[in-house]
Amino acid sequence: MISRIYVIPKIKDSRERLFLKSWNSLDISGKVKFVKIVDSYLLDSSLSSDQILKSAEILTNPIIEKFSINKILNEVAKFNYIIEIGFLPGVTDNVGNTARETILDLFHLRKDSNLKIYTSKIFIISGSIKLKDVQKIALSLYNPLIERAYITDVKEITKMRGLPQKAPEVILEKRTPVLFVSLNVSDEELKKIGREGVMDENGVRRGPLALDLESMKVIQEYFKKLGRNPKDIEIESLAQTWSEHCKHTIFANQIDDIKDGLYKTYIKGATNLIRKQKGYKDFCVSVFSDNSGGIIFDNDYLITHKVETHNSPSALDPFGGAITGIVGVNRDTIGFGLGAKPVANIYGFCFGNVENDKALYRDKEKKQKMFPPKRIMDGVIKGVNVGGNCSGIPTVSGFVKYDDRFRGKPLIFVGTVGIIPRNLPPSGEDKLGKLSHEKSAEAGDYIVVVGGRVGADGIHGATFSSVTMDSTSPATAVQIGDPITQKKLSDAIVKEARGMDLYNSITDNGAGGISCSIAEMAKECGGAVVDLEKVPLKYSGLQPWQIWISESQERMTLSVPKKKWTLWNRLMESHGVEATVVGEFTDSGRCVVKYENKTIMDIDLEFLHNGLPKRRLESESIVYTFLKPKTEKVSKSEIFEELLKNKNINGYSFISKQYDHEVQASSVLKPLSGRGQINTDAQVFRPLLSSEKGVVLSTGIYPSYGDISAYHMSACAIDTAIRNAISAGGTLSHLAILDNFCWCSSYNKNRLAQLVESVKACYDYAVGYGTPLISGKDSMFNDFKGYDEKGNPVAISIPPTLLISAIGVMKDIKKTISPEFKNIGDSIYLLGETHDELGASEYYKILAEKNKNNAIGNNVPKVDLEKNIETYLTLEEVIEKELVNSSLSLTSGGLAIALAKASIGGMLGCDISLDKIPGTSSSIDSLLFSESQGRILVSVSPKNINKFEKIIKDIHFKKIGNVSKDNKITIKYNNKKVIEKNIKRMFDIYHSFSNKME
Amino acid sequence: MKKIKIKSYNPTLKIKKPKAIVLSGYGLNCEEETKFAFEYAGGKADIIHINELIARPKILFDYDIMAFPGGFSFGDDTGSGKAYANKMRNHLSKELEEFLSRDTLVIGICNGFQILTSLGILPGALTYNKNAKYIDRWVDLKVIGRSPWLTGIKNISLPIAHGEGRYIIDNGKYKKMSAKGRSTSGGKNSNQVAFIYTKGDICKYQNLEKNPNGAMHDIGGVLGYNGRVLGMMPHPERAMFYHHSPLWPQTKASLVRGKQIKKEGVGLQIFKNAINYFKK
Repeated sequence: MISRIYVIPKIKDSRERLFLKSWNSLDISGKVKFVKIVDSYLLDSSLSSDQILKSAEILTNPIIEKFSINKILNEVAKFNYIIEIGFLPGVTDNVGNTARETILDLFHLRKDSNLKIYTSKIFIISGSIKLKDVQKIALSLYNPLIERAYITDVKEITKMRGLPQKAPEVILEKRTPVLFVSLNVSDEELKKIGREGVMDENGVRRGPLALDLESMKVIQEYFKKLGRNPKDIEIESLAQTWSEHCKHTIFANQIDDIKDGLYKTYIKGATNLIRKQKGYKDFCVSVFSDNSGGIIFDNDYLITHKVETHNSPSALDPFGGAITGIVGVNRDTIGFGLGAKPVANIYGFCFGNVENDKALYRDKEKKQKMFPPKRIMDGVIKGVNVGGNCSGIPTVSGFVKYDDRFRGKPLIFVGTVGIIPRNLPPSGEDKLGKLSHEKSAEAGDYIVVVGGRVGADGIHGATFSSVTMDSTSPATAVQIGDPITQKKLSDAIVKEARGMDLYNSITDNGAGGISCSIAEMAKECGGAVVDLEKVPLKYSGLQPWQIWISESQERMTLSVPKKKWTLWNRLMESHGVEATVVGEFTDSGRCVVKYENKTIMDIDLEFLHNGLPKRRLESESIVYTFLKPKTEKVSKSEIFEELLKNKNINGYSFISKQYDHEVQASSVLKPLSGRGQINTDAQVFRPLLSSEKGVVLSTGIYPSYGDISAYHMSACAIDTAIRNAISAGGTLSHLAILDNFCWCSSYNKNRLAQLVESVKACYDYAVGYGTPLISGKDSMFNDFKGYDEKGNPVAISIPPTLLISAIGVMKDIKKTISPEFKNIGDSIYLLGETHDELGASEYYKILAEKNKNNAIGNNVPKVDLEKNIETYLTLEEVIEKELVNSSLSLTSGGLAIALAKASIGGMLGCDISLDKIPGTSSSIDSLLFSESQGRILVSVSPKNINKFEKIIKDIHFKKIGNVSKDNKITIKYNNKKVIEKNIKRMFDIYHSFSNKME
Repeated sequence: MKKIKIKSYNPTLKIKKPKAIVLSGYGLNCEEETKFAFEYAGGKADIIHINELIARPKILFDYDIMAFPGGFSFGDDTGSGKAYANKMRNHLSKELEEFLSRDTLVIGICNGFQILTSLGILPGALTYNKNAKYIDRWVDLKVIGRSPWLTGIKNISLPIAHGEGRYIIDNGKYKKMSAKGRSTSGGKNSNQVAFIYTKGDICKYQNLEKNPNGAMHDIGGVLGYNGRVLGMMPHPERAMFYHHSPLWPQTKASLVRGKQIKKEGVGLQIFKNAINYFKK
């Protein structure tokens, strides 16, 4: 029987105001005056009416809510329309699952009882609006890829006496479970299979395999030798494992005369060299081989770090893409070694300009509309909010950048830091305890999957993110996140099972689902055999190939020795975690998959992992030159304010404040600092409450610099990440970095040339600074191909972007230094040299935008390794000796913006002279706004000046002024005032975008 | 009546460290730092999963203090604290009643507070913040009611991090709970309002409004059972060290030479009070 429970707020619901504000800002004909948000629980069950009543009671908090069963009419005030937003059939309904658990628990019913719950949100609306306005409002409320909207008016409801009582059940067509795919076909057809996918019985292609002709031919050859055609699951499995997403072919293959490829030669090459040079001071423990990179924290613990991107999913479903991104990278921590505990999240967003609402479509017929940047931004911010906050992991660090070239695909970086004891507790014969970062599945172990169930969500995610986004991009690639399911399994594994020696290996299920995780672990012992029908499903009717490659979230795969299974299962049950044996690890050398006792996949592990044809890539570099803007007539005072207002420089407290950064009680240097709440460029936290040691995190990213030089863009990103970390109290000798390459059209020779340059810079500067690269990720096809409003073809590619994240260990958290000025009368020093380096700076970019040209200059900042090392080591010393009161790293916007931030942070003025600043800077423009690297702004208390100057005497520095008491930022040059600004006004400008977003 | 020997009732065992049970499971997530705070304050604390407590409810007799820590139990699905409270009620009603009938202390922090109100142990309810957004910031609080948890504290600044912290209470109940006068147990002040948001050091420093979420009557915490039960939206465990405070960098820079900043933060006092209650 179907019944509906409506839970209706009794008090003023604060969400209403936000909805009204957002709807009335849409282009609608009238005004929405009233909204009420009602939660609906649709129950398909055999519960008695008394039981339904009791269920309604426990779903309602009587102080603030009331309920109604099956009746919606007359339960709320008068209205004209109703919009109901629910999930499409089969999409994970977290609230429904919780309600089900609560009701089963109430009546002490079994878990497999016949009770289905479908939840939806009902918006009851009144106002002077028409049906088409309501449709517009509905579109702003839901994502058609995963949700459904039902719109109705009061007349209809009166006639129907309520809302329809129909359950959105999944109905999958009955289809042949396994198809043979004939590869005895023309090259043309092979190409088509590779590009658009296996053809289903109904003639519809299943979605991109991202396999090129060469790969398809190798597969053809392999099966020819076996004397049979492949089954669909075999092709799908190979496509997952061979995808750019999983195999990183661009980094692995030979390129030009770099025989071993970019990754081995320059990335791994740099780290190996650094480790050798460091000798006994080497702090790397597990790098590049696991889900995260692990370095020494202290004698007893390792810390891990991993940064991922979730660009393509976030473009299609901003909320879902971002939440599964953050919760997914948490699993890279849980999947490090035998399971590290997540202790910090980081984020980084690159969006299109949020004012730009020009429509883009994926298809010529304009049916598949892309979300505009603002909608993507809102959804992504919320996704990381829910993912991070719900998981109890502090989101300590983040940045946001804007450029219209991120309109087709935004860049969504998410990262997680973990901590793990170096040795696990002794058990059995193992008197010393296992090394926690080592793991290996053993033949005979059960293959165990824990966590969420499998549905048709997230199919072809790995292959889809390896190609350009266009009209063939599959809707099924969208995944739904459920942080609580993951939190339960994380707690069970990291806080209990890990210490009990219950499993030999563990990895997460990300791209490619179990097809990748099991095949990956099978390498450790030499084979696996899987019984696919044992995999727990969200609903029946999935085909075997779908079960195998689905990227349904919140799942880990483990190898559990048979004799430990009972204990393991009992432990998982006690945490409310579902665990299932789906097969057995073997040493047969094969990856075998069975479905209802029939073998449907049987491939050599060797071929599965190494069969992918190698190819040689070629690059061809071109030099990009730009005009230099004319700056003589530019008012420095006005442009200073404009820069501060620029969203690439403006504060983003509206994001920082909605992310819990203090959970785990580890917070030391927060994302917002000082009276004026400026965003910090580095953050410090203490992962172990019993230790004085801290972890410092920072990032460096300059998407625009790559327009001029990818080499210098990368050098600056590294220098900035390092400088930010050291400015807060980090130390160069215990600092590691991570690389995230986000590129576009990566088979284009020019783009490849930029990539080679960028990677070479990583090698040069990582080795130069002695900061090993410990983990990395690439996303090589951030391109969009579609149509504009008029149906004209549009192609948008991101600017090639390298994100460098730094992670370091601090001996004593008490030495942490925040960036804002503290005390009137403190002296202000600029460390480092200033040159004419305004190429692609925020200053030149603003001028280019005003002049509607691309005159961004050519003098992109370059990094002077030797001088900067001296500066940073000196800075470390003065911080260690507690001689500075503030320390702020100069980045976008140069010295002027650094002064503004330090002043706003402290809500204190400063009196500054730009005369005789060291370096080759020759103009007031570059003195103020040049983005020369290697510079830090510090303030020093008068009592410490002598000691301070004695230590810094050998580096380039200049005392440029004092913290003043007049609440003004005053900057003079040649005894003339260039800038004079009131602090309160600057504060308002700095927070203007955030205030608008609140 | 079951005859069970209750350890903490035995005067000869009073010298033992007071014991706190910190509940966990289903998305609660502040249990580790809450346990640390109790132990840092001189007690002993165990983290117990709710399913373990359901399986072995008698272990409750072993404890003096029960803590419902912060977190996102069941992801706030069906309403914050509701599903966890239902699980508690479905399985542990009697045990909870028994625990409260002894001379014990109970604290609910953030999601724990939401669980306590959902259980009806504390009056009122908590719902969406007035700006309908999750918020992480610090607040200043002025202590109103009397409670073993709040001994010696008049004003305190602590961090909050929540999306549903707006306290709701109907007028009649509010009048009753905020009435001053002698309580039934003879205390001087039976006001059930633990503390209210006020404009103090933090609000002045960062120019913030005092009430962060639109709570009625500025209520940030509530008392029950003669002050033995405390529910609060702010997180005292996130203020157990001095460096937790947003004021720390400024204080550090303004220190007179030779002076040291103390290590402990103001939040620790709440945990110390609880431990001291059983040591008297």
